[in-house]
Amino acid sequence: MKKDIILCGVGGHGILSIATIIGQAALSAGLHIKQAEVHGMSQRGGDVQSNLRLSTEPIWSDIIPLGQADLIISTEPMEALRYVPYLAPDGVVVTSSLPFVNMPGYPEEDKLQAELSRLPHLVQLDIEKKALELGNLRTANTVLLGAAAPYIDIISREQLREAVKLVFASKGNDIIEANLKCL
Amino acid sequence: MDKRLLLGDEAIALGALNAGLSGVYAYPGTPSTEICEFIQKSAPEVRSRWCTNEKTAMEAALGMSYAGKRALVCMKHVGMNVCADAFVNSAITGVNGGLVVLAADDPSMHSSQNEQDSRFYGKFAMVPVFEPSTQQEAYDMVSEAFDLSERLHLPVLFRVVTRLAHSRAAVVVGDSIPRNELSPASDRGWVLLPAIARRQYVSLIDKQPDILKYNESLTAIECQSGVAKVRTGVIACGIGYNYVKESGADVAILKINRYPLPEAAVKSLALRCERILVVEDGQPVVEQDVKAVLGAGSNVRGRLTGDLPRTGELNPDCVAAALGRKQEKAGSVSEIVAPRPPQLCKGCGHRDVYAALNRVVSEYPGARIFGDIGCYTLGALPPFSALASCVDMGASITMAKGAADAGVSPAIAVIGDSTFTHSGMTGLLDAVNDNSDITVVISDNLTTAMTGGQDSAGTSKFEAICVALGVKPEHVRVVVPLPANMEDISNVIREEIEYKGVSVIIPRRECMQTLKRHRK
Repeated sequence: MKKDIILCGVGGHGILSIATIIGQAALSAGLHIKQAEVHGMSQRGGDVQSNLRLSTEPIWSDIIPLGQADLIISTEPMEALRYVPYLAPDGVVVTSSLPFVNMPGYPEEDKLQAELSRLPHLVQLDIEKKALELGNLRTANTVLLGAAAPYIDIISREQLREAVKLVFASKGNDIIEANLKCL
Repeated sequence: MDKRLLLGDEAIALGALNAGLSGVYAYPGTPSTEICEFIQKSAPEVRSRWCTNEKTAMEAALGMSYAGKRALVCMKHVGMNVCADAFVNSAITGVNGGLVVLAADDPSMHSSQNEQDSRFYGKFAMVPVFEPSTQQEAYDMVSEAFDLSERLHLPVLFRVVTRLAHSRAAVVVGDSIPRNELSPASDRGWVLLPAIARRQYVSLIDKQPDILKYNESLTAIECQSGVAKVRTGVIACGIGYNYVKESGADVAILKINRYPLPEAAVKSLALRCERILVVEDGQPVVEQDVKAVLGAGSNVRGRLTGDLPRTGELNPDCVAAALGRKQEKAGSVSEIVAPRPPQLCKGCGHRDVYAALNRVVSEYPGARIFGDIGCYTLGALPPFSALASCVDMGASITMAKGAADAGVSPAIAVIGDSTFTHSGMTGLLDAVNDNSDITVVISDNLTTAMTGGQDSAGTSKFEAICVALGVKPEHVRVVVPLPANMEDISNVIREEIEYKGVSVIIPRRECMQTLKRHRK
């Protein structure tokens, strides 16, 4: 069994924190993992992505071949569309619904929604609103991870929760609890 | 035995620490930065402060090797150009304590201005080159590289690419060995006077068969179907091997992790196949070598023949296509998806520098602004579109000088604080000695920001450095880049442009990223 995931969004929005939690959970679950990240120039408000591959079998390539991603998790709706060539025919897209406009030429809302609605399986949610409802805006990425969790069925939600405790261990109990609430 | 999820860079760092490393010498550069950072964080007993540039790093590491201890030098690929003098000659002197030189190449130029292949430098200097395929091999091969370096008395060049350096995988970590005792070399081979250098060079040539023998001994051909003859043989170098395995193609594979190329193994592969595909990330180094080994009439395919793309990094898709594998049907990117280029952070001081420069420069139709390497290179993009050039570390000052010599006026250089100490100071001395009419802006954000906020070698020393190099003290001007100071900054720029000689303006305000971190 394998799960190929593309995490994407805008530089500075913390996609690597989601990757770290999934990676930690997969390591604890004894799965094979490869996680390719982008550092450097691309971090400055530009588009960023990370390829996360989980499998019960050994993994060769650090990057996911075209048309093979089981899941795209995006912190920004237009960014989710950028990686459609990597999505498997029956793949799932879980994305924040909040556009982040920091450049010219951003598509109009109705065109964006029309394009998103063409995806085979789409989960779209206002992660900031949900995080605020749960008490802490800064846990928005964990809300996103929570929405994606059912589609990362190679690891259990409980394993993800254990990983949150490990990853945020140095930040204290309040932060851990705030994040667990979202997952 | 401990299993850890590590970046390729971190695996290299840990491999070096466990191999008895005494010092790491490095200048930050994507994708190599995390190696030195990992050592700084996890091993305070190991010498690890950032160096001024790759040349000072390479020479200091050679000094530590002279003293009998194990040293690691880390840089991005273009850093090899900066340290090339020391690197090439370290093969002539040879080493005492193990010396590993790590070059992180960046095919596809994710964060670079070219995609030069460091394996050429290994060939040029005639030293062993290692190139791991996985994070585990990266960890294991560092210790092997130190051992081989001490056995052959040669530096070992350790080449990785972005996709290995910046990808995480589980790595089984072993125990560490003790560091070498101090035992400085005492032979004359370190004094490269021509008479000695000639002897040393012959000795380097004499070691070549030993390197080749070592590489041959660790090479084997693997064949999935086990048959003696297959249509395609693949020479898979470094991470290229992973893409070949990913494809599932039934081919004979010669996996290459060490150079020079094991020629006997290549010939033996050729006997079993009709054609050979060379899968290597970077430039066609091995493809050319294989053609030379097999001679005319051989059917060698790769980047030069168009079977694989001539530029850019390899990926599982292009390798699968070259192996004739059927691929998944992929959708296309909707045309409504707009590019999202990186940009300067909100509130960044470089923004105010460019706003002021653009304002003043609009008064001078002949003006040109020469840029340099760092976050502030983004001033070349809208909304500023301010820069005429960006070439290599330090080139802003010297290109402005050359353009001024030719008659460009005003000629302005924009350089960051870390880039200035890396390679800008010597150019400034040239400009002073020629009394060139240039205005140099050292945009000082008190850090090496582009690579994530490492210490900058010249912090708090810039005015003193410029004056000591001969810039007149009244033409070394410090301003605070803030929107509120726009009038002042513009006036200072105007005054220094009007001054016919070398002037330096230092806009100084802390990087927004490090400021955020310091406030936490």
